[in-house]
Amino acid sequence: MSSSGGPEKTLVLAGGQAWSRRVRRRQVLRLTDDAGAACVSALLFNADDPLERYNMADTLKAQFTAYLTADRVLYSDMGRVLCSITRDTCGWHDTISGCGDGATSRLRFGAGRYQELRNDFHRNARDNFLVELGKHGLGRRDVVANVNFFVRVGVDDGGGLRWIARNSKAGALVELRFEMDTLVVLTNTPHPLDPKPTYGPPAVTLSLFEGPGPESDDPCRIFRAENERGFALTEAYVAERKGVL
Amino acid sequence: MAALSDSRLDPAQARVDVVLAAGQGWTHELTAGDVFRIVDLEGNQAVDTLFFNARDTAERYSATETMRAQGNIYLATGTALLSSEGRPLLTIAADTCGRHDTLGGACSAESNQVRYGLAKKSMHNCRDSFLLALARHGHGLTKRDLPSNINFFMNVPVTPKGALTFADGVSAPGRYVEMKAEMDVLVLISNCPQLNNPCNAYNPTPVRLLVWPES
Repeated sequence: MSSSGGPEKTLVLAGGQAWSRRVRRRQVLRLTDDAGAACVSALLFNADDPLERYNMADTLKAQFTAYLTADRVLYSDMGRVLCSITRDTCGWHDTISGCGDGATSRLRFGAGRYQELRNDFHRNARDNFLVELGKHGLGRRDVVANVNFFVRVGVDDGGGLRWIARNSKAGALVELRFEMDTLVVLTNTPHPLDPKPTYGPPAVTLSLFEGPGPESDDPCRIFRAENERGFALTEAYVAERKGVL
Repeated sequence: MAALSDSRLDPAQARVDVVLAAGQGWTHELTAGDVFRIVDLEGNQAVDTLFFNARDTAERYSATETMRAQGNIYLATGTALLSSEGRPLLTIAADTCGRHDTLGGACSAESNQVRYGLAKKSMHNCRDSFLLALARHGHGLTKRDLPSNINFFMNVPVTPKGALTFADGVSAPGRYVEMKAEMDVLVLISNCPQLNNPCNAYNPTPVRLLVWPES
């Protein structure tokens, strides 16, 4: 059952796997880090016009933050809110450190080819993104700065980046309430700064359910005046899509 | 702040030497080995910049690859500006400013509405300059080809607790950054017209762009 008491669709995203689907406005996607220390990398697009997509810089500067957690929202490059973080028991999700590729994977874990490992081969985030994006007619031009759920990369006073171990404990979850119909692309693959020497990303659980829309005093909407304007622009666009003047 | 380093190249020998007014866009193709300098003529002027592999523009500058590979969010002398494929597009060979941003992105009409007020849509912005420069350049590049960019001479500090702000600049009149092209590179610049925050000290000013062939 979902937190709203309605039906819920649940699936397990095994380590190494990618996933994409259209999530509609007002639906909630919950990601649960069942075992702890997961890294789920994400790209988000306007489902009707993927030229509009998640924008790291606009998300960070509108909310004066370098990371994501509850009450913050994920902005598109068009000043609209793709989704809101309505619940977060982890506390810190990264969006500044990018994702791994074949080169970073081979450097840490070795070749990890299908030829030797069959379906236990070492999938990486960039290749998984390209495969999943390809199913929607998207490709290299669409891989922009992503979100890494359950990951924390710290920034010191001199700008130095540092991997923070044990950021996400077993059972940690984050809930995204979608404010627009969104193409969500996820990959459950190792973060390139994670020093763990063996390949083995833990499974995560994805749950999708219908949720209520934001009230006028919604914590994400009133987090900052910027977000109130972002919601206003989003609602104007939703009306436009419905053909309302 | 990173160590400063200067260059001995003579502007009189430059192949390209242009002044780009604030609010203007610019594209230029560099050949591998070229040296490219941006001069902050009057100080504290943000220069929003993207680089592409000129032979395969789907390979382009990646802010996240660049920051992660050097283990630091600020760009300075020695930084390899990496592509989405993890390869160096250019390396910063000289820098008399000491810190450049790659987290703050480019301003747009829509982000100005979010950040400063719904009535700010009419104000000039970097993404408009990028789009016009790409349209004039041709070759099919569009908004889809605008990932997170570099803001030369801009200061966006991040604290250990995760706060991010647009701070007063650390640049000054005549400071410059110089890069060596490691492959054939398409340069895309917007000389930032932002008036709502201190990224241009509330007074956008011209910059000078120079290119020297490999010596």
